[in-house]
Amino acid sequence: MIRMTDLHVTFNRGTAMENKALRGVTLDIKKGDFVCVIGGNGAGKSTLLNALCGDIFPDTGKILIDNKDVTSLSTWQRAPYVARVFQDPMAGTCANLTIEENLALAMGRGMKRTLRMALNKDYREKFRTQLGRLKLGLENRLKDPIGMLSGGQRQAISLIMAVLQPMKIIALDEHTAALDPKTAAFILELTREIVEENHLTALMVTHSMHQALELGNRTLMLHKGRVVFDVQGEKRQGLKVSDLLELFHKASGLELDDDSLLLS
Amino acid sequence: MNLIQFMGAVELGLLYGLVAMGVLLSFRILDFPDLTVDGSFPLGGAVCAILIVSGFDPWLATFCAILAGMAAGFTTAWISVRWNILHLLASILTLTALYSINLRIMGRPNIALLGETTIFSPLEESNLHNLFTLPTAMFILATLVLLLLYRFLSSEKGLGMRATGANIRMAKAQGVSVNRQIFLGLALSNGLVALAGALYSQSQGFADLSMGPGTIIAGLAAVIMGEALFNPKVILTALMACVLGSILYRLVTAIALNMGFLGLHTQDLPLVSAVLVGIAMVTPRLRAKILDFKASRS
Repeated sequence: MIRMTDLHVTFNRGTAMENKALRGVTLDIKKGDFVCVIGGNGAGKSTLLNALCGDIFPDTGKILIDNKDVTSLSTWQRAPYVARVFQDPMAGTCANLTIEENLALAMGRGMKRTLRMALNKDYREKFRTQLGRLKLGLENRLKDPIGMLSGGQRQAISLIMAVLQPMKIIALDEHTAALDPKTAAFILELTREIVEENHLTALMVTHSMHQALELGNRTLMLHKGRVVFDVQGEKRQGLKVSDLLELFHKASGLELDDDSLLLS
Repeated sequence: MNLIQFMGAVELGLLYGLVAMGVLLSFRILDFPDLTVDGSFPLGGAVCAILIVSGFDPWLATFCAILAGMAAGFTTAWISVRWNILHLLASILTLTALYSINLRIMGRPNIALLGETTIFSPLEESNLHNLFTLPTAMFILATLVLLLLYRFLSSEKGLGMRATGANIRMAKAQGVSVNRQIFLGLALSNGLVALAGALYSQSQGFADLSMGPGTIIAGLAAVIMGEALFNPKVILTALMACVLGSILYRLVTAIALNMGFLGLHTQDLPLVSAVLVGIAMVTPRLRAKILDFKASRS
């Protein structure tokens, strides 16, 4: 279980550019929860995810993963607990390494990296099976540099890479935002399958209200660095985008005016 | 150019192939432009030479030279990582300090090793000794280092190092301790360069402070010429390309200096090097431009 307590993050403190990205976010994520975080630009959703992953250290507040305090651990030290899929397909994979080398790298997440060969027959066999499920023909292209693949293909591989080793939570950072609608739908479906199959705990940041209701069992909205609502269970069932807007209005007393949020 | 000059160029090319592999490791694989090599090459020569003239075993002396080079690389990594100083500047600091340190180690600007026992002495004393002995020895050494390096870069650790240079965000997210990779990579790179320095002083029969400047350009020239000519796609061919590039670089500079009508002297070597590296860097871009042009017309 993941427990984030009263997280505060301020960028450019003490300058004219000062930006309070998180102003006291508290969030408990139970094992098996699939939390969708929604919010407009500058709401703090990416900051929340980056704080969970260790890219940003909070000014105050604590992050516990299975009762272990990870607040001061850096990204690579948290990697055994947090698997991650980036928004930018280029960020999650290494363009000039081959497909199999990228997968081998992910096989090492949370493990001690030794002088043993990074690739062997068993691994390749495993990679072929895993890639086969995508039905993109990638299982026959293990030795191609991953830079030759499309963004969607790379994002699909990122998802597979994330689940090669066990984790406490998978962090999905608007991982379909950079894709065309058809590919985005494919990646979203794949996400659903992979999370269900492996009984993962997930935190997905998204720009799309539809996605935030369609996937997962819990929807959380951030606004100006605070949680404005957090719905799950029965309350969440049957909710529509218009209901989310209503919830937002009730909680914050404001009308939502972020076009990108309303249109997607 | 006669056979003696040719074999000499090949021998030197193979020796600087070690430097080239070190530079490939820092510049290309770790994406860390490291100028320390201009100091770690003479450092290797200095440590090795002073130990040999003090009566130590040449193999032990060579080993100590490697350790000294690794320490130099480690220092650059420490300055850059620990104090968050730009890689180029960090390496310039170490390099500058090494000028004085090398002089301190040797106690004088140069040490002659003529008549001393070096790791090459058994070869020179054997009946088989001829024009090809040293180049062959260098070939075996370079091949050995290349294979070891290839094996390392194919390992779990090595793959982590390659990811650190290629995509540091992704490497971190996959749990690679990127800072440690920079320490390890620079230590390895400069250890290799110091080994080359130790071998250089033993095969040439002297260690001299002036052997440092130009090391980085020789290494870069080899890497860039190798890339321009062989366009390597995988790590094994990249390693081979930079060693071949190093040999080629020595041959081309030797030929250029030998062409009487150009009127070039030994002291023009840096100029020739710079021009060569320039050409090698521009070629791939020109080629791409020409291809673009052809494609746009058809």
